[in-house]
Amino acid sequence: MALQTPRTDTALHDETQVTPDRLAELRAQFPILQRRVHGRSLVYLDNAATTQKPRAVIQTLDRYYREYNANVHRGVHTLSEEATAAYEEARQRVARFIHAPSPRQVIFTRNATEAINLVAYSWGAAHLGPEDEVLITEMEHHSNIVPWQILQERLGFTLRYVPMTDQGTLDLERLDELLTERTRLFAFVHVSNVVGTVNPVERLIAAARQVGARVLVDASQSVPHMPVDVQALDPDFLVFSGHKMCGPTGIGVLYGRRELLEAMDPFLGGGDMIREVTLQGSRWNELPYKFEAGTPAIAQAIGLGAAVDFLAQVGMDWIWQHEHTLTRYAYERLAEIEGLRILGPGPEQRGGLVAFTLEGIHPHDVAAILDREGIAVRAGHHCAQPIHDRYGIAASARASFYLYNTLEEVDRLVEGLEKVIQTFAL
Amino acid sequence: MDDLYREAILDHYRYPRRKGHLPEPDIHYHDTNPFCGDEITIELKIQDGVVVDAAFDGRGCAISQASASMMMEEIVGKSVEELKHWGKEEILEMLGIEVGPVRIKCALLPLKVLKAGLYGLTDWPE
Ligand SMILES: Cc1ncc(COP(=O)(O)O)c(C=O)c1O
Repeated sequence: MALQTPRTDTALHDETQVTPDRLAELRAQFPILQRRVHGRSLVYLDNAATTQKPRAVIQTLDRYYREYNANVHRGVHTLSEEATAAYEEARQRVARFIHAPSPRQVIFTRNATEAINLVAYSWGAAHLGPEDEVLITEMEHHSNIVPWQILQERLGFTLRYVPMTDQGTLDLERLDELLTERTRLFAFVHVSNVVGTVNPVERLIAAARQVGARVLVDASQSVPHMPVDVQALDPDFLVFSGHKMCGPTGIGVLYGRRELLEAMDPFLGGGDMIREVTLQGSRWNELPYKFEAGTPAIAQAIGLGAAVDFLAQVGMDWIWQHEHTLTRYAYERLAEIEGLRILGPGPEQRGGLVAFTLEGIHPHDVAAILDREGIAVRAGHHCAQPIHDRYGIAASARASFYLYNTLEEVDRLVEGLEKVIQTFAL
Repeated sequence: MDDLYREAILDHYRYPRRKGHLPEPDIHYHDTNPFCGDEITIELKIQDGVVVDAAFDGRGCAISQASASMMMEEIVGKSVEELKHWGKEEILEMLGIEVGPVRIKCALLPLKVLKAGLYGLTDWPE
């Protein structure tokens, strides 16, 4: 299946799928959604930070610890064999979910951040020198800025940034000039966690290919929300975090092109990642184990396997459409609020989140008052300070959606914001 | 309605006291809270070990700005010696609210700036 660039035309949207029944059924699978906060039913709108977990994932973790907890790849006893089989099965499920040609190309990391660092240290350290350039964008999460800045200090390459327009999209007119024959790597975010922009990933990859640059896609906010097919997109590297897609914390994924992964040196040294260790030296293990030193996050990987199966069952097209419906509604309702400024493009160009500022009221105060109403939103710079600098603000508040959110929850958000404005009214 | 945003806090936020600058301050110190981008600058005039004039400038959330404004009113006339012993308790008593583990940094930022200005202590107050 090809990557479906978000279909935003409602004609394709099968309304009958987003029925209240369907939604209620889905919500019932997330125990935490029953919670009350400050006496109100929880409205969880901080899904870009981390998502809630369905019963299927919670039970998978529980079963692992109750029934077959053991180290993997090390024992010949029954428990270890069961744990190893489940761990590798999870890798296969993740590979299927992103349409990876082989599970060997799915490296388990702690999170997206570690996956980017793995590429920086294992691939970057071997390929980047003073003559070279790495291109990232002004729209990146800190996790796709800082590793390159650290590496730049050491290797002396030039780090360049694709600027952002006032609308919160990448300034693609600058691309030709910024991508040069010196560019070794173009690393960019697929969907922004602040402005929400869905970047034209095919076009960006094609442009990088023209100058022979490698491509890293930060898919932290896309893989959880829309169908992503790594064979159709064909990036060199693509990263995401399990906890943002119904999975546990402590598990993330690096997908990589096979030849590149095979040629790369390990990131960390230790057990499991070697084939042979003598006092004279070591030989690396095969993929993916070369990059998985030490005892991995076994339960978390198995939990992520359960999460991607859950998501596939719900349907990634459905999730995308549902979030789009919520986002469009939220965008319209928020835009009506006086003094409220939405960061980023209109609903047709964005994923399922809306970051905003309210004139004269600090985002932390907005979030604190919403919290009293049982509504969880994020406030701060969302680990993306350059975007906020670009808009000349220190912070923003952000509502981000997932498959279990409802239109009524958007109404609760709007009511909450009215309360914020009342509280601060001069 | 909301204890975190009791009227006194909002009042200090809307109408900050002693906001601005002193002509020739003896002490001038500025710091930020990287978590929320709050900024506070404090200027003091000291005579015989006593704060005789004080002003603050800054931007940020209601908690940090109200904390600064209230603190300015409190410290004028107090000795530097006494202020050195101020900690979290004095600030919370002054604000009269319960502050959770995350927002406590907002509440304490003005005191942190004050202590750094007074005697170079740059750690968060206990
Ligand atoms: C776009 C983007 N990239 C990277 C990350 C980093 O994810 P993690 O903290 O799980 O490594 C996030 C999460 O906040 C994100 O939104």
